[in-house]
Amino acid sequence: MSDHKTMTLTLIVWRQKNASDPGKFETYTAKNITEHHSFLEMLDCVNEDLIHTGKDPIVFDHDCREGICGMCSQVINGAPHGGQDRTTVCQLHMRKFKDGDTIYIEPWRARAFPIIRDLIVDRSALDKIIQAGGYTSCHTGGVADGNAILIPKPVADEAMDAAECVGCGACVAGCPNGAAMLFTGAKISQLALLPQGQAEASARVRNMSDAMTECGFGNCTNHYECMAACPKGINVKFIARMNREFLKAQFA
Amino acid sequence: MQLLKSSIGRKILMAITGQAMVLFAVIHLLGNSSIFGWLPGGINAYAHHLHSLPAPVIIGFRLGLLVFVCVHVWFGIQLTIENRGGRPQQYAVKTLQKATFASENMIWTGGLLVAFILYHLLHFTFQVVSPETAALSHPDSLGNPNVLGMVVAAFQNMFVTLIYAGAMVVLFLHLSHGIQSFFQTLGWSNDRVQPFITKAGTLVALGLFLGYAAVPLTILLRILK
Amino acid sequence: MILDGKCPTGPIEKTWDKHRFDLKLVNPANKRKYNVIVVGTGLAGGAAAASLGELGYNVQAFCYQDSPRRAHSIAAQGGINAAKNYPNDGDSIYRLFYDTIKGGDFRAREADVWRLAQVSNNIIDQCVAQGVPFARDYAGYLDNRSFGGAQVSRTFFARGQTGQQLLLGAYSALSRQIKLGTVKMYERREMLDLVVVDGVAKGITCRNLVSGQLESYAADAVCLCTGGFVNVFYLSTNAMGCSVTANWKAHRKGAYFANPCYTQIHPTCIPQAGDYQSKLTLMSESLRNDGRVWVPKKKEDCGKHPNEIPEDARDYYLERKYPSFGNLAPRDIASRAAKEQCDDGRGVGPGGRGVYLDFADSIKRLGEDTIRERYGNLFEMYEKITDENGYKRPMRMYPAPHYAMGGLWVDYNLMSNIPGLFVLGEANFSVHGANRLGASALMQGLADGYFVIPYTIGGYLATVKPGQAKADHPEFKKCEDDVKSYNDKLLSINGKKTVFEFMRELGGLMWENCGMARTKESLEINLKKIPALREEFWKNVKVSGSGAELNQQLENAGRTADFLEFGELLCRDALHRNESCGGHFRVEYQDEGEAQRDDVNYCYVGAWEFKGDNKVPELHKEPLTFENVHLAVRSYK
Ligand SMILES: Cc1cc2nc3c(=O)[nH]c(=O)nc-3n(C[C@H](O)[C@H](O)[C@H](O)COP(=O)(O)OP(=O)(O)OC[C@H]3O[C@@H](n4cnc5c(N)ncnc54)[C@H](O)[C@@H]3O)c2cc1C
Ligand code: HEM
Ligand code: SF4
Ligand code: FES
Repeated sequence: MSDHKTMTLTLIVWRQKNASDPGKFETYTAKNITEHHSFLEMLDCVNEDLIHTGKDPIVFDHDCREGICGMCSQVINGAPHGGQDRTTVCQLHMRKFKDGDTIYIEPWRARAFPIIRDLIVDRSALDKIIQAGGYTSCHTGGVADGNAILIPKPVADEAMDAAECVGCGACVAGCPNGAAMLFTGAKISQLALLPQGQAEASARVRNMSDAMTECGFGNCTNHYECMAACPKGINVKFIARMNREFLKAQFA
Repeated sequence: MQLLKSSIGRKILMAITGQAMVLFAVIHLLGNSSIFGWLPGGINAYAHHLHSLPAPVIIGFRLGLLVFVCVHVWFGIQLTIENRGGRPQQYAVKTLQKATFASENMIWTGGLLVAFILYHLLHFTFQVVSPETAALSHPDSLGNPNVLGMVVAAFQNMFVTLIYAGAMVVLFLHLSHGIQSFFQTLGWSNDRVQPFITKAGTLVALGLFLGYAAVPLTILLRILK
Repeated sequence: MILDGKCPTGPIEKTWDKHRFDLKLVNPANKRKYNVIVVGTGLAGGAAAASLGELGYNVQAFCYQDSPRRAHSIAAQGGINAAKNYPNDGDSIYRLFYDTIKGGDFRAREADVWRLAQVSNNIIDQCVAQGVPFARDYAGYLDNRSFGGAQVSRTFFARGQTGQQLLLGAYSALSRQIKLGTVKMYERREMLDLVVVDGVAKGITCRNLVSGQLESYAADAVCLCTGGFVNVFYLSTNAMGCSVTANWKAHRKGAYFANPCYTQIHPTCIPQAGDYQSKLTLMSESLRNDGRVWVPKKKEDCGKHPNEIPEDARDYYLERKYPSFGNLAPRDIASRAAKEQCDDGRGVGPGGRGVYLDFADSIKRLGEDTIRERYGNLFEMYEKITDENGYKRPMRMYPAPHYAMGGLWVDYNLMSNIPGLFVLGEANFSVHGANRLGASALMQGLADGYFVIPYTIGGYLATVKPGQAKADHPEFKKCEDDVKSYNDKLLSINGKKTVFEFMRELGGLMWENCGMARTKESLEINLKKIPALREEFWKNVKVSGSGAELNQQLENAGRTADFLEFGELLCRDALHRNESCGGHFRVEYQDEGEAQRDDVNYCYVGAWEFKGDNKVPELHKEPLTFENVHLAVRSYK
């Protein structure tokens, strides 16, 4: 640990006042950054300077700052969340950068995610996909005992792999087509793997895949950029499973 | 019909038609390889064989292929146009972590393939490019169409060979992404088999490239006469 | 005033059933005429909104994040308790009830806790039906683990993400209702006032965080499910946006704030690395199952590489002091013990604020693979943040503020003293007493949302006529105007210090003087310094931009202003409570380091009434009686 070493970085940040503003890049300097700063803490420091000098701070979405809420969303040097394996931008630390580096910071860019301001985008389209069928229609109360349904460990584990999605939208941001297949595939797979999801399986995949198109997401061309961008390591096998479910639903 | 409208549905149609064409390409290559003499009478006998199939079979086959190509091309263009709008503004820094040159350029390699297929049909099927060596109007000593003569004459020309070899590079690129993509699109994949499918797909694409390129190259190099 | 919790009487195991029967019902055909506002969509709010929508009420739900799925409930790693007794190891509703009362150091109501234990089993069934991927064994049955020092295995879990998965379950149920049109969801809205008409809660004032617009919403009942307030310490395990604002605004409108001094400090968090730090990350308590906690015996060794410190120069202080519980001693005890070691100058890492959590022995005994299988994701997280490999050198840990047991006062129906205002989840004070057991907060949030409020709100609504208050009532306009002038004032000060600087300063005071250990003197210091800081804030804070746009500075300024008022109340409550119990440790009241409760004088809920700006609030008491669990001293020696 070398606490005394600090870095100076050049940030080239997308600034956009609101949805209708065309937006542009602005250059800032981040000074006195240690390797233990998280990326967002580095931005906090820059913002404190901006506020002191009477300028508008850079706005960005964030909340938990521990990689689980899925709120943070920045494209760093072209890579959603900065490109470190299984890491959200709030968990990215400055030790991954070198003194003197120039860093481009941009919002998620996708047709389905209009920019609200600076680095903040509107991801409500992901909620719409879930509303189209990302649930089991059980009622509150009146359900069977948890152990009445047997789910062998390997199945439960795989469903859990899919369920790890935090809904950040990095997969969409990383996809050259702005497709939401990884996000949707993860939810469909989770419920397709579990017995609880069977009753509505075909309606679910039909409705959720239609919702993807209605919300303006692109189509999959199997680049697998989504998987590279995903901070939770969601595997594209879940897209394959969704495709399979889709085919099954056509004959159901 | 959700298959025709939805994102996944159209992709599935593309994958099936694409894969059908791969199958055709494999059979076509096997047929072509008769030029190396494993069939008595060589490629000319093979051509004769094909021509003597009942007319409805031939027409049906050709129409089928045509429909496949059209469906494939139609949805290919449609989906690509939609996808170009999926991210209206590009990032200042382009960083691709998994996508490949092949996967990024499917529409262009596909387009080149259309052009090539047209040329190829005019050249060897309708034989209007160089009528002086047309196989149909120049039967060999057994009375079969002299495909060998036509092909050898064509590929002794450096330029023609380059077109064909180039097209096969394009085909390789298209299929190096396309074959594994087919399995993914139909859902016949998971994390365990995916690396294998990707490798196998590339190998098949490479096989097709080598197989197809072998004919013009061996002729150009005067190995095959 | 003596407060009445309106708990049902009679044999405890009949109380909830009897009460449910006694509650009035709303005619099914009338339900859709009632508007219900649910503020917050965490476990409590998400479950409540979905269940009320399904019952047929007209629900409007609000959250400050961009999606209901992101409430801070997602951060819970460990698990959720239920009295299923699947492992056949002696658990029962009665035992869960007993453990919770005892764990809460006898500062919670018996009836509320009983109900929680009773419905705990339904929660697991509900979540399974929703498709929550709880851990299972190879035969397919639900898996359990023991957690937080419990002697039975009653904790259900979904990898290291139980809270996330449970919230996604509630979110999916909510999404279904949104689609069906029974719930209207308002994201990126912050509640900035409670509208009270003729003493009854009738709506809220919100700021649209995207447009900056102030909006009024009217309803027949308002449910606050707005989470905990430990961000008053600035650095905590809560999310950046967690605040006391919704609760505080309701408090200012008359709702009593109960037991604010009961705050929980979690013993195993990654220590602070520098003063730029914005939050602290919790590492699941389960680590203590296999990790041994120690510090060097000698101060001189603190700077050394831990692996160079020989075994006999290490002080395994938890094992030494609490031989029967050892490294699994309850949270408050483990936290205070860590602080003692560091105060003694034997802490490690930056600023000497850390203790080691060492896995070397477990790795030797079980192999690295087993440890990786059990805690791999935690080790990964630790390495991401600290750049240190927990398999090769002991992790560094330090306690951090984590959970608020205190909250708005509610009766057995979860209704505050303001009719029509209900409070659910971490935002209320109800079941955890002075200390919360591990894996019980998730249980409470979902119990309140799925299985309590759907009944009790009906009991209230059946007594009021639907649609009485409309958003054009003058009181709504007045609230909007008040919020506007409040925000305008914040924007106009244009001082020299940023909001963060104030928040850091307040957090410092709270942690230093009202954190793990409190004294009369330290609390009195805060009662002087916090009002002074508040005064400075209103003279010298710098908030730029306007109110009519997305303005994160303004959001934070408002939250900080509320913390600056609330922090004082917290200290006041801590000062008045001349005893140590659960998360509230007064240095004066101890017996060789053990918390000394005073059941003669303090066996009550302390609920504070707001009396006006800079006025001393009034304390109301709700006496606690224990008929089923014998009031006894908690000992973990
Ligand atoms: C790191 C961590 C780990 C934990 N681990 C466990 C565990 O293992 N087991 C366990 O049982 N408990 C655990 N807990 C505690 C538990 O997670 C929480 O107490 C519980 O989830 C709180 O749920 P809630 O619904 O009350 O509040 P939250 O989930 O915090 O939801 C609050 C909601 O209110 C909204 N809101 C807040 N203020 C406003 C406003 N002014 N206007 C509009 N909306 C507002 C927010 O948008 C959000 O939707 C943990 C907590 C933390 C922090
Ligand atoms: C005729 C002109 C052609 C065009 C315009 C074309 C275009 C395309 C496009 C745009 C794609 C989608 C790429 C993607 O999703 O990543 C594609 C996929 C594919 N193509 Fe073609 N192509 C053509 C010819 C061929 C030929 C001749 C073959 C086979 C020999 C073929 C086989 C495939 C396969 C297998 C796929 C993968 C389907 C999938 O993505 O699942 N294509 N093609
Ligand atoms: S699949 Fe991965 S990248 Fe996509 S939303 Fe989920 S967590 Fe984010
Ligand atoms: S801020 Fe929650 S995941 Fe990054």
